[in-house]
Amino acid sequence: MRAPVSWLREFVEIPADQDGRAIAEKLIYAGLEVETVECLGAGVVGPLVVGKVVSIEELTEFKKPIRWCQVDVGADNGGIRGVICGARNFYQGDLVVVALPGTELPGGFKIAQRETYGKVSDGMICSASELGLGDDHDGIIILSPNFGIGIDAKPIVGVGEEILDIAVTPDRGYALSIRGIARELSIAYGVVFADPGLALADLPAPAATSKPIQCASDDETGCALFTVRTIRGFNPKAESPSWMTKRLVASGMRPVSLAVDVTNYVMLELGQPLHAFDIDKLQGSIRAGHAAEGTTLETLDHVVRNLSSDDLVILDDRGPIGLAGTMGGFATEIDDDTTSIALEAAHFDDGAIARMARRHKLSSEASRRFERGVDRVLAPYASARATALLLEFGGGDYVGMTAVEAPYAPTVIALKASEPGAIAGMEIPQSTVIDLLHAIGCEIDASTELLQVEVPSWRSDITDAVNLVEEVIRLVGYDEVPSTLPTSAVGHGLSLSQRLRRRVGMTLAARGGVEVLNYPFVGEAEFDALRLEADDDRRSKVRLANPLNDEQPYVRASLLPGLIAAARRNLSRGNDDFFIFELGSVVRSGLGTLVARPSVTQRPSEDEWSALNAMLPQQASSLAVLLSGNQQLQTWSGPARRYEWSDAIEIARVIADVAGVALTVTTGNDSSFHPGRCARLCIGDQQVGTAGELHPRVIETLGLPVRACALELDFDVLVQHSPQARKAPSVSAQPVAKEDIALIVMDEIPTAQVQQAIVDGAGELLESARLFDVYRGQQVPVGSRSLAFALRFRAHDRTLDASEIAASREAAIQMAITRHGATLRGA
Amino acid sequence: MSGPNTSFDPKQVSALSAESVDFVVSEALLAIRAASDLVTLKEVRLAHAGDRSPLSLANREIGALPPAAKAEAGKRMGIARGQIKEALDLRESELQDARDSAVLTQETVDVTLPVDRTALGGRHPLTTLMERICDVFIAMGYDVAEGPEVEADWVNFDALNVPPDHPARTMQDTFYVESPESGVVLRTQTSPIQIRAMLDREVPIYVVAPGRVFRTDELDATHTPVFHQVEGLAVDVGLTMADLKGTLDHFAQSMFGEGIRTRLRPSYFPFTEPSAEIDLQCFVCRGESINHPEKPCRTCGSEGWIEWGGCGMVNPRVLRAVGIDSERYRGFAFGMGIERTLMFRNGVTDMRDMVEGDIRFTRAFGLES
Ligand SMILES: [Zn+2]
Repeated sequence: MRAPVSWLREFVEIPADQDGRAIAEKLIYAGLEVETVECLGAGVVGPLVVGKVVSIEELTEFKKPIRWCQVDVGADNGGIRGVICGARNFYQGDLVVVALPGTELPGGFKIAQRETYGKVSDGMICSASELGLGDDHDGIIILSPNFGIGIDAKPIVGVGEEILDIAVTPDRGYALSIRGIARELSIAYGVVFADPGLALADLPAPAATSKPIQCASDDETGCALFTVRTIRGFNPKAESPSWMTKRLVASGMRPVSLAVDVTNYVMLELGQPLHAFDIDKLQGSIRAGHAAEGTTLETLDHVVRNLSSDDLVILDDRGPIGLAGTMGGFATEIDDDTTSIALEAAHFDDGAIARMARRHKLSSEASRRFERGVDRVLAPYASARATALLLEFGGGDYVGMTAVEAPYAPTVIALKASEPGAIAGMEIPQSTVIDLLHAIGCEIDASTELLQVEVPSWRSDITDAVNLVEEVIRLVGYDEVPSTLPTSAVGHGLSLSQRLRRRVGMTLAARGGVEVLNYPFVGEAEFDALRLEADDDRRSKVRLANPLNDEQPYVRASLLPGLIAAARRNLSRGNDDFFIFELGSVVRSGLGTLVARPSVTQRPSEDEWSALNAMLPQQASSLAVLLSGNQQLQTWSGPARRYEWSDAIEIARVIADVAGVALTVTTGNDSSFHPGRCARLCIGDQQVGTAGELHPRVIETLGLPVRACALELDFDVLVQHSPQARKAPSVSAQPVAKEDIALIVMDEIPTAQVQQAIVDGAGELLESARLFDVYRGQQVPVGSRSLAFALRFRAHDRTLDASEIAASREAAIQMAITRHGATLRGA
Repeated sequence: MSGPNTSFDPKQVSALSAESVDFVVSEALLAIRAASDLVTLKEVRLAHAGDRSPLSLANREIGALPPAAKAEAGKRMGIARGQIKEALDLRESELQDARDSAVLTQETVDVTLPVDRTALGGRHPLTTLMERICDVFIAMGYDVAEGPEVEADWVNFDALNVPPDHPARTMQDTFYVESPESGVVLRTQTSPIQIRAMLDREVPIYVVAPGRVFRTDELDATHTPVFHQVEGLAVDVGLTMADLKGTLDHFAQSMFGEGIRTRLRPSYFPFTEPSAEIDLQCFVCRGESINHPEKPCRTCGSEGWIEWGGCGMVNPRVLRAVGIDSERYRGFAFGMGIERTLMFRNGVTDMRDMVEGDIRFTRAFGLES
């Protein structure tokens, strides 16, 4: 809502020393968010005066027609001056705005006497755009003839007018009007407010020459008040007065014609949307009601709209002629020949208008106001004001008003007088509560401690006692509320999952990982690039109805596409070597069964609540890593080392260690990964993730560096297995015995299985078995390799003797032989 | 070894004479001084202090002396041996020092060589900023609450007092999960976590809820369709707006320094009433840039205050929707954008830096923003 300050001052006596910024400050503290304070013609300085065009000489020898004008700017300003002008929209005798030499226009443009087109131009005749008053380049400003020649033109054209641009929150529909904003200012400044919404404008007695248009409402809920005033004999050529168009432009509206301008002007002033119909295009009476399903209506914006029976419309005897409170129909529009006007002013239900505006994706100045609540009783006052203006400037006869109205009872709310203070946490006397509620327009019965507060018709947002509490506290001033601290909070600290997330993030970063936070939007192309099978769960089933990008309509079921996109951005910027990771949410299923919305007037039942949650897709935390380029750069101390499959598995192991869980690594199979370099990561028998080198095709398709590696883990499963408290080990002080063995096994047998055989065979005396070498070569048969393990034996209670150690070692070897056909190297 | 010879004349045992002992000692000291390395010194030690050294051999003769002479000879020998040992130890220490300084000099390296084999990592500054905020509230006795990103619109809107036709729904441009009638959205705010906290926990409730939220804005320097908020909720007996203000003040001071205040301006949120915008006193200029064009402040645009978030007292309608007795309990809630906080706190000027995942950006923040 753009509110010119001069308009506000018409209804409230703002102290004269208050400029736009000061006024804005007051409004901000009252809860109206003033976004900007704009000053019209801010750059205009110096003598800008009213001049009368005395004569016009057309100069035709130039490429474009030029006028050499004699303009009387008043005796004090040098009398008649010669001015060159390129505009043609004025006549001899018109009053115009003249910038005399010495004037500075917006942009630092200085007016001086100068030679041009063979004459000495002694000033400039100004257009609105040259003065920074608007974008209208159509021509120079023509003033109405009643101004004195030579007087200062700045206030006349609105130079210096300040405009407050206010972002009105949905609860303050009343502030979408000069009237509502002026009321807030009267409270803020403690000055008198002359409410323009409570006085009925003086209208002539209805002419008896014809009958007013009849009206009706078929839906008393949707349209509780419907009024039509009829004017005949209106002059369609009449123009809007410049003060009106000036304010419309300042408020961001385009002047159209007197009839339209008046309806807009009154809407801005009072907040009541109005609509004017051309009576000659109407058939019969007007009524508010519902269209038959499937009928159509061409609205003023030339869009043909398919109507639903739920739409609240205005109809005449033939059918729909407008979307109620939203936009009129094209067929009954006021035009240049309209002489008979039916002026509709009505009250429409906010919900009905909101639904319709949404269904037709149509938001108008009118619908914005109705959605936020228009003063329930304002319609006849607003239409009287508009009618008076139409008659004043367009002439014609007022024929009368017809109206229908459902019974109206103001909202009455019981409010404990102590409640505002109790909620604010400070003392607010009952007298203050009453005074402030009076100021916003409430009537109060204070005969008991429980105040009976009658809410004014323009505050449909006030429905609950707590709304009154807010009004009181905001008018007392939020700055007055003291600052205290609650004393009874008793927390539990972070959950295991929250702690683990932090620990994993710290650990990965300390090892060189860089955390990225990717958008969760993915598409088919990314699924295909990762070679996901048709039934792969990572092809998300959660699709957005309104994605930002049609190529990425899904919510991610895996973090890898996002990591790959981040990797590509880094590569394109020359960041070649990286270890990036993300810990974030993914979906693990599609939507469940749609359920009805629970009520909001009581707690949902357990069944309702679980059904509502079952409607959502399953969501889980995932952790993924992408490795690209070098793990170590080449330096003076050694060559570079690229990231490889084993790094991905090592990172997985480190994460598992952080979580305190044992990870089992077996040969994996995942279509996105290199078939021979993919590990399946399990806790016990449950798979928690995959790690390894990405499939060469994936790497090629996505333009990643060769041998790029990745890892994705189900973080929630990791958390589930993470111990709340870890068990202390028993650390033996007995001496350790070390033995190395080398076993020759077939290539197909995974090392992890050989290791397991050793562990199982050696029994409890074995403290650890660690692979320290893999050898292929002359002394080992083709198709096999030698695995060298360092074994450590130790007992808890004694020094082991040589025979015990030898027996345990032998048992380990024997188990490897039995299970895997191993042979002991060097035996 | 011979037994004591009582008739033996001590003067006849020449090896124990003062002259011979002095001579042996001076020979030894000369040799010690002449030893130029530790190996030679070891030989010298053997020759002059070893079992077969002249002094040791002479020492054996003491037993042959008459008792009267024994004490004197013993004393003389003790002094002599002490002199030699002292000289040996001193020379050894000198030679060790010389050797060490030679070898360690040889082993000297250039410690200014770059040690950059592995690149540094970093956690995303949004993550660590959220953790920092949570920690402030954990210290105040709050728990950290969470909720799903794909959320029921009943939780995201209805239960928060935003009925289906309410204009507030159009304030936030919502991503709907197909179909549009599914009743499932990407949460537009962290406030649905309030609803979950109130349904899942017992009063009193004190929770802080960080999370990622979604709105259909295109990415540019100041907007992103995916961003983060932190939300706080307290529900207890007798909570007041003053408690809300004090909590925000304490929060602001913990994050931005002693004495930093917050300011509340009336506003509107469907789920709180009264509602307010939170302004943070500028922690850089502390308001001193206002009306001082000669010292402008970039952090607050010389306004003295920074728009930080929204807050208010929980609307009783919200309490009703989750079955909390609004006659008995009151609540307050607040929320702020993490991206915005990071922008003014850490001087990030372009939203895109936070979403593009450029490793150079995140590395600069290390493990805490
Ligand atoms: Zn500042």
